Amino acid sequence: MDYRTVLTTCTHCGCGCNFYLEVLDGRVIGTIPCKTSPINEGKLCIKGWNVHEFIQSKKRLTQPLLRKNGELTEVSWDEALDFTARRLKEIKDAHGADSLAFLTSARVTNEENYLFQKFCRAAIGTNNVDHCARL
Amino acid sequence: MSEQVKNRVKELLSSGKIKGFLGLCSRNGHIAPHLFVNADDLDNLVVGDKLAAGDSRYPLNRQLINLVRAYPDETFGILVRGCDERGLTALASWNQVDPNKIEMVGIACPRELALACECLKPYPESFVDGEKCEGVSPESVARIDTLQVKERFDHWYHEFSKCIKCYGCRDICPMCFCNECSLENNELIRTGEIPPEIPTFHLTRAVHMAGRCIDCGLCSEACPADIPLRTLYKKVADIIDKQYGFRTGYDGAQKSPLNFLGGLPE
Repeated sequence: MDYRTVLTTCTHCGCGCNFYLEVLDGRVIGTIPCKTSPINEGKLCIKGWNVHEFIQSKKRLTQPLLRKNGELTEVSWDEALDFTARRLKEIKDAHGADSLAFLTSARVTNEENYLFQKFCRAAIGTNNVDHCARL
Repeated sequence: MSEQVKNRVKELLSSGKIKGFLGLCSRNGHIAPHLFVNADDLDNLVVGDKLAAGDSRYPLNRQLINLVRAYPDETFGILVRGCDERGLTALASWNQVDPNKIEMVGIACPRELALACECLKPYPESFVDGEKCEGVSPESVARIDTLQVKERFDHWYHEFSKCIKCYGCRDICPMCFCNECSLENNELIRTGEIPPEIPTFHLTRAVHMAGRCIDCGLCSEACPADIPLRTLYKKVADIIDKQYGFRTGYDGAQKSPLNFLGGLPE
């Protein structure tokens, strides 16, 4: 028997709420908000409370998917990135940089979001960048 | 922190009487719920007082249910205050835990905590640390009872209107063990919609706490909107006591009157 409570930070948004993940024999079975965390003081929102549910979800994507002949097909990261880069270039060349828009995530780090907008503005040349947390 | 608790846990673990001890430990600068399995590794064991008495209590009984469901043949030790003991007594009456497979290590709450909780019995039957202090009657309930019906309704309406429907009150509750939850039943609650219906959502839960709530107060502490749920459930418990002479978790032989559908069995 291996039962642990692992202190970690919520991945759902930038607030940074702390909680313990209950891990029994290698499986995450529950979330318990951390009472001594100065951020959330033992409280969570509904998304935080359910973090343990998505971790082991069978519905999670584990590989990039590319639509081939109308079917989503698992491909390697190299193939997915090559395809994306080629299409972005083609669209930009044909219709201009502002024909493209980029959506980033509240679930990645601040640094990754910074890099992303830099990529949009400096590499692609558009200000069309937004994120999923515009609620 | 508490040498008495540590000594008792050491004894239980080294004798092989328990597989593990569910308690609290100090680590990463925080107080964490923790399963102690090694008698020689109890240095960080604490009782949950970081800045004030009992300010970092956790739903250990809830965690215990997870453990005993996975390991029904094992015996576990657990840190209990008065409320936790009431919880285990009630959980046993609902067949959620086997009292023969639980070793409680009790602590009595200090006056400061008993007052903050307005706890009727701030100590378990037996305890290794702390001193027994008298129970405190719930002033918070008495205060609301003095209000006229309209004022009382306005008070609760205002409190409920702050709800963000996080389900935290249910998720932290050591007495919420149902496989199907009424708060997720579409016939009763509009699930997937916010804000919650007032007062349906909160009163549905309050009714379910009747005969179930052991007044640990973890729901109030987990509420991001600071709704005084504990006061509401204290009132519900008072009604059950008045109507049926039953208080949850005080008498192991007594089942909740709401266990019986359509009257007492023959």
